[in-house]
Amino acid sequence: MNSQMNNSKAAPSEQKSWIPAILIVVAIAYVSLVLYIPALNVFIQAFSKGVGPFFANLTRPEFLHAVQLTVMLAAIALPLNTVFGLCAAWALTRHRFPGRAFVLSLIDLPFSISPVVAGLMIVLLYGRQGWFGGWLQEHGLNIIFAFPGMVLATAFVSMPFVAREVIPVLEELGSDQEEAAKTLGANDWQIFWRVTLPNIRWGLLYGLILTNARAMGEFGAVSVVSGNISGKTQSLPLFVEDAYKQYETEAAYSAAVLLALLAVVTLVLKEILERKTRIKDVE
Amino acid sequence: MAVSPAPRFGFRNSVAQKLRQWLFHMPWTWRITLGYLTVMLFLPIAAMFLKASTEGPVNFWRIATSPVALATYNVTFVTSILAALMNGLFGTLIAWVLVRYTFPFKRLIDASIDLPFALPTSVAGLTLATVYSNNGWIGSLLAPLGIKVSFTRLGVWVAMIFISLPFVVRTVQPVMQEMEREIEEAAWSLGADRWQTFVRVILPPLFPAILTGVALGFSRAVGEYGSTVIISSNTPFKDLIAPVLIFQRLEQYDYSGATVIGTVLLLISLLLLLLINLLQAWGRRYDD
Repeated sequence: MNSQMNNSKAAPSEQKSWIPAILIVVAIAYVSLVLYIPALNVFIQAFSKGVGPFFANLTRPEFLHAVQLTVMLAAIALPLNTVFGLCAAWALTRHRFPGRAFVLSLIDLPFSISPVVAGLMIVLLYGRQGWFGGWLQEHGLNIIFAFPGMVLATAFVSMPFVAREVIPVLEELGSDQEEAAKTLGANDWQIFWRVTLPNIRWGLLYGLILTNARAMGEFGAVSVVSGNISGKTQSLPLFVEDAYKQYETEAAYSAAVLLALLAVVTLVLKEILERKTRIKDVE
Repeated sequence: MAVSPAPRFGFRNSVAQKLRQWLFHMPWTWRITLGYLTVMLFLPIAAMFLKASTEGPVNFWRIATSPVALATYNVTFVTSILAALMNGLFGTLIAWVLVRYTFPFKRLIDASIDLPFALPTSVAGLTLATVYSNNGWIGSLLAPLGIKVSFTRLGVWVAMIFISLPFVVRTVQPVMQEMEREIEEAAWSLGADRWQTFVRVILPPLFPAILTGVALGFSRAVGEYGSTVIISSNTPFKDLIAPVLIFQRLEQYDYSGATVIGTVLLLISLLLLLLINLLQAWGRRYDD
């Protein structure tokens, strides 16, 4: 009995000895090899020749055009996916119907489809030989190898984020407050602005940040539909690859730093929002 | 579809009527949701499947199983599963360390696990190709050992590890947080050693989450394009992956070739999605 008592106390205290230390070291080593060293490398390579060449690369016209295009892509995809995400979240949490689980997993589909396949599907619809290709050509509209195709590709790959972040919040919230507002005579818009939106704001913001990061960073789908014409249909991620392939490694890294900073900002905002929602949970 | 010719049976009639009623009185949130899904998801997928079906089964099979295609599936799927399993092991370890122990910079490390979600894939490919090249920071240490990473299958594997790491950690972490430590302490007090406690008490409820994370990571790695296209030399039969093959086919205006291989990839991602849903349902059996 006595020895067993000792044993039970020994185990947790032993836990504090060398095993945790080894596990922590292994975990940090793995994360360093896979994440930190490559991430650090982006910044060091970009400034390897000093700040002068870095800024010289940042003022090249192709680069500035790529930045502009990337911002525009996100600026269009973001509101589109927000409206869709909010409507889908509302429709799926406030109604029960057969096949609801199926629709829920349908929304996630763009995440599991390869970006290249997503681009291919857009080409098959709007390309020269595509369903709408002939009609579009008659009317002089270009979607493939042009900006509209890039918008479609960007919106496709970043589609699920808002819906995904808002659905669990709405689910947990329930519809009591909304129904109360309704009985007090509020119309749909008033209910949305005054009751629902304040409640889901952190989840929504979280979804917006992720949508933006994916929209600005998307490479595969955009690359298939854009044709990658420098100064015309080249977004920032495409610029990075193109410069690297042309052996302009420094230009590639200068642009990469900008995208890496976008990633850092995304992670910081994400962390802040997570803490905010956690504080709310405790309350 | 709802305004189909008058059905003969009363039952059908009422269903058709209900459907019609619903379509006409659908709330506008539903209209936007279905409209957007149709334009963005249903139409593209339909276009793909219809284009693939015009090939005919014989031709489809011939293109889908051509030697180049088979070699790319081999590289894509074998490398993805190896990357996902690697992350299954180390991702679980990282989640464990983050949940159970306290150490300096823990919050920073926890937050940085999501880096692959936030970092554009072309940047990931660029920097991994440099770091693991023969004169890169890590590649130069491996080169004397005769290990070449960038522009080989090994490089594709490294890129896939990078992009699939967060999936395992983020699926396992919440399950670990929910686990009650009293059960482990009970196992200890009953005389179980650390290994027995781990295998018999800790691992069983974690296992579905680990598998789900591995499946999610695998699914992402199979479709990955940006980082792998840059770190790979894209040589057929060596390190060419399926998404890059689709891209090459499109560049040669070989729409049938691209569509067939694209359909194979799409069907596999649909299967994986189904598998992941089943795994998640399996994981919830411990909830009650």
